[in-house]
Amino acid sequence: MDEALKTELSKQGIFTTSLQELYNWGRRSSLWPLNFGLACCAIEMIATTMARYDLARFGAEVFRPSPRQADLMIVAGTITKKMAPQVVRLYNQMPEPKYVISMGACAISGGPFKQGYNVLKGIDRYIPVDIYIPGCPPRPEALIDGFMALQRKIDAQQLTGETRPRHLNAAEPSEFIVPKFGAHDLEPSQNPDTWHPPLVNITLAENDESGIA
Amino acid sequence: MNLESLKSEIETNIPGCRLEIIPNPSPSAQHSLLVDPEHAMAISIFLRDSEPYRLDYCSNVTGIDWPPSAAPHNVKLKEMDDGGEQDAEAEQAQPTGYLEAVYHLYSMEKKHGPVILRMRTEDRATRVHLPSLTPVWRSADFQEREIFDLFGIIFDGHPDLRRILMWEEFEDYPMRRDYVEPDDYEYEPTAHDEVLRKTMHHYSGNA
Repeated sequence: MDEALKTELSKQGIFTTSLQELYNWGRRSSLWPLNFGLACCAIEMIATTMARYDLARFGAEVFRPSPRQADLMIVAGTITKKMAPQVVRLYNQMPEPKYVISMGACAISGGPFKQGYNVLKGIDRYIPVDIYIPGCPPRPEALIDGFMALQRKIDAQQLTGETRPRHLNAAEPSEFIVPKFGAHDLEPSQNPDTWHPPLVNITLAENDESGIA
Repeated sequence: MNLESLKSEIETNIPGCRLEIIPNPSPSAQHSLLVDPEHAMAISIFLRDSEPYRLDYCSNVTGIDWPPSAAPHNVKLKEMDDGGEQDAEAEQAQPTGYLEAVYHLYSMEKKHGPVILRMRTEDRATRVHLPSLTPVWRSADFQEREIFDLFGIIFDGHPDLRRILMWEEFEDYPMRRDYVEPDDYEYEPTAHDEVLRKTMHHYSGNA
């Protein structure tokens, strides 16, 4: 519908909308996060829900202690390899539509522990992530900003066509591989359908042999 | 507290124990006492209960890995012209390397410490048993589990010896110097040293 006509009609007391707008409005206005934290980022997440920052203003007032009632998973903190299967299992247990915010350096890439033997190099190796919030840890304002970015993302989604969200596309997977504890690493060490190693072109300056024996 | 007098005190009270003072050449000069595993339990109980020492608090337990190349040799090599004899003596010193557990002991009651105890395993492969000192100091419980997990020292007499950081199915010992981590290199913007070597291996070798 033409935006100008819509504004004109609303001045006359006539409210017009579409099913898509109503559906997206409903989804973005009551994103209930799953009540779990993994490390120090969770402390910032808790602060965000308290009175000073008050995430409830954005429709996320209830943190659900059960994945069955949650819409949003805020992966807040370092994911150790021992914890990774449980995080993926919790995600699998959440009903669609569901979203993931990867909060902080560790949840994005492993952060300062990236080279460690026991830390997963980012939760996006196993589950699809909607919003990445950098920081170590991100301040509550950053989490609110990421949360609002997710709301804008949901608001802009088309319900039909190629770009429709994952939960309306039957071809997209709704369950993801839960990694097993292997003898040397998690098996598989990443979900090949979800995660592709970033392609980067590394060039060193000429005669730069720094660190290479 | 004088470590020499402590050593002779233990030797008179625990007959047959073999002690050795490991000097620390750094400015901290925290010399430590190498105890033999057979008498470690008796020595610990003596240190905890005897009146002048009362080392009732074990603040820290840690492990050290000494692979053959890095292990300090107990036998000093003599300058010899005959190469063969020299090799024989070097082999006698430490052909297999060893693992070490280090205990830092303090006394809450007497307000002194630390007394540092070390125990060595016989090698790094199969004879990696040491007596657990958890029955003497309960605070050693989790830290001995951590050493078991990351170094592979088996503490006999530990009440609950399981892996603590890694999962039960895990087979390696990540803190040993010859640990090879799984090859899952990922791009890093500021790679250097070991990470840069991995970068070059991943990106230049295939190109």
